[in-house]
Amino acid sequence: MTRKQKRLSVILGGLVFLGAATGLTFYALGQKASYFYMPGDLATATVQPGQRIRLGGLVEKGTIQRGQGATVAFSVTDTHKSVKVTYTGILPDLFREEQGVITEGTFGADGVFVADSVLAKHDERYMPKEVADGLKAKGVWQESKSE
Amino acid sequence: MVETGHFALVLAFALSLVQTIVPLVGARLDNQRLMAVGGPVAVTGFALTALSFAALASAYATSDFSLANVWENSHSLQPMIYKITGTWGNHEGSMLLWVLILTFFGALVAAFGSNLPASLRANVLAVQGAIGAAFFLFILATSNPFIRLNPAPIEGRDLNPILQDLGLAIHPPLLYLGYVGFSICFSFSVAALIEGRIDASWARWVRPWTLVAWMFLTGGIAMGSYWAYYELGWGGFWFWDPVENASFMPWLAGTALLHSAIVMEKRSALKIWTLLLAILTFSLSLLGTFLVRSGVLTSVHAFATDPTRGVFILCILTLFIGGSLALFALRASRLTAGGLFHPISREGALVLNNLFLTTATATVLVGTLYPLVVEAFSADKISVGAPFFNLTFAPLMVPLLVMVPFGPLLAWKRGDILAVAQRLMAAFAASLLAMLVTALFISGATVLAALGVGLAVWLVLGALTDLAVKAGFGNVSVGIMARRLAGLPRSVFGTALAHMGLGLTVLGIVGTLCFGTEKILSMHPGETVELSGHTLRFAGIYPAQGPNYSEDRGRFELIGPAGNPVGEISSAKRFYPVRQMTTTESGIKTLGLSQLYISLGDEGKDGSVVVRLWWKPLVTLIWGGGLMMMAGAAMSLMDRRLRVGAPSRRRKRIEVPASAGMP
Repeated sequence: MTRKQKRLSVILGGLVFLGAATGLTFYALGQKASYFYMPGDLATATVQPGQRIRLGGLVEKGTIQRGQGATVAFSVTDTHKSVKVTYTGILPDLFREEQGVITEGTFGADGVFVADSVLAKHDERYMPKEVADGLKAKGVWQESKSE
Repeated sequence: MVETGHFALVLAFALSLVQTIVPLVGARLDNQRLMAVGGPVAVTGFALTALSFAALASAYATSDFSLANVWENSHSLQPMIYKITGTWGNHEGSMLLWVLILTFFGALVAAFGSNLPASLRANVLAVQGAIGAAFFLFILATSNPFIRLNPAPIEGRDLNPILQDLGLAIHPPLLYLGYVGFSICFSFSVAALIEGRIDASWARWVRPWTLVAWMFLTGGIAMGSYWAYYELGWGGFWFWDPVENASFMPWLAGTALLHSAIVMEKRSALKIWTLLLAILTFSLSLLGTFLVRSGVLTSVHAFATDPTRGVFILCILTLFIGGSLALFALRASRLTAGGLFHPISREGALVLNNLFLTTATATVLVGTLYPLVVEAFSADKISVGAPFFNLTFAPLMVPLLVMVPFGPLLAWKRGDILAVAQRLMAAFAASLLAMLVTALFISGATVLAALGVGLAVWLVLGALTDLAVKAGFGNVSVGIMARRLAGLPRSVFGTALAHMGLGLTVLGIVGTLCFGTEKILSMHPGETVELSGHTLRFAGIYPAQGPNYSEDRGRFELIGPAGNPVGEISSAKRFYPVRQMTTTESGIKTLGLSQLYISLGDEGKDGSVVVRLWWKPLVTLIWGGGLMMMAGAAMSLMDRRLRVGAPSRRRKRIEVPASAGMP
């Protein structure tokens, strides 16, 4: 190979590498990013059972039920609609009624959301940003809740 | 004292403006006296910032609640250590720590840079001053920690209980020393662009600074990871959370910079690339500061947020990143490219390293920012988490890790890949053996787990092979080998240590992810549970009282083979009345390199408690490997080669920050 050919092949190799990495990145973004929904959004969105999503809202008052062992059921609401969620594990310390929460998981065939992770922030003043924005959009946000 | 601190901060801001303008003008006019202003101003600016920081710290130590910042983040009943660490356990104080470290590095350049060309030194200090000015203004305008309350409240609102931990004393200072340490590399790069040339002293200066910053950043990330691991009670060491990515991106870019700087120093090739990488690394540090401090992304780590601050930091970000990249575009063509090399050579291997590391940085960047972009252009809200990074980051890392042992064994300019492969045969055979043993003899081992173990062994043995080859193993007697080893440059040991540390971290990750076990169950006092061959008995819940909290401590006994308790683990639910906040204190028992991890859940009505237990094999290696990487960097810093000009002075300059940060 001449010097020019060598240089060309190095550059080509680099481009192929970068192209593969870019392709993989976009493929992964399409496949692995999970969308965030509030309970009210679910009527219009098409979420397949088994599709991984994040469901956020407030923990509805009086819905927390402790089942067998470490299984907990509760409802997540945006004050208009609510969705039943089950979760097996230890709830975050800040998980409580009428507090913002983000759950991640999939819908079962029976329409119950099976969460494998539940997030409530450490900071007492905190409301998950997505939840706060969603509540604002639905006009049920009260500033005092953020404090 | 408080007013003095406030005044000192304003004065430091004013001085940073002087430090920006006067040396810059001096270098432009070639005026020695104007250029010489930079040094003393930088040192004074550091002294004033330190005074300001000390004033805030003393307000915290004495619980002076007339300061809004102290009132919001402290309480008179807190133990003294948390009162003091609380100084930077909040937005305002942590930004003050940020500029304190920035001015500290500026002062180091001023104090020990007397052997630098005067104009380069002046320009470096000017750029450093400009970064300082922007952040001083940010603090004074949006995040002033010295705002008074009148009348002063009697009691404070307590530090966020999550932060009431020794981790707060270690993690942020280390992380900032790393983040902000890269500012020096940035300032050197911009100064070189302003001057339009890169001279020999540039190369010799940038590498040690990169090493220092990288060492602290490595430590900061490792300690942060361990802190999150035991404090959050989730048993995870890395969540691919935006805030973690914010520190990981500069680390990846900094690692690339560390390696390209070697090529530049040794062979004066890759000059322009190294310069760009230095700019990018600090830009990512700035981006990290923005992501963490503006709260634009949802994170599992707690930070108070305020949109005006976000906009301000975004402006700083745009100014410095945009400005430096524009300058690069304008001036880079003026810089001369360096020496040529064959693709198969040490240089070639380091270029490959850079290719992989920068691509990995880019994927992390895309994954971190993609939710923001989607949210800006559509109504959708998405989150990008571990599944994305596992799919994109891991395939980039595996080939890179496979190549690591080859790099140091290849010769400069033109290497012989077959000869290197031959030397690595023993390490390769041993890794293959480790893989087979894992796959055949460890129950539950997947193919991936076996490959992971093999990779880790390959990295560790590869690093040792490098040392053995350089000592002449097999060709000379043991005595000569020992003498040769002792005569090797420290940086060779540094490389070997860092690469071995990497291998240990990989081993820890593989061990924990592939061989760890987990159980969630509800237990009554007196019940026992079996976990990966360990028997634990739940003794019960015992209430206790701390200085500013009350807790319910769940005690567990580790039962030995004879049926008697051989150890105790306790996990607690703590209630902090001031903030009405509950936290979980995880219970951890270290057995060899592995850990038993217990996290307490809610109490049931019948006296049972939900308990989550993990067996985490080899987990301590994750952070142990990080410490070893730090040790490698420290070892490299002690290399004779890095001492320029007057050797005794150089040596002092490098070793002070190196030894001061070792935990």
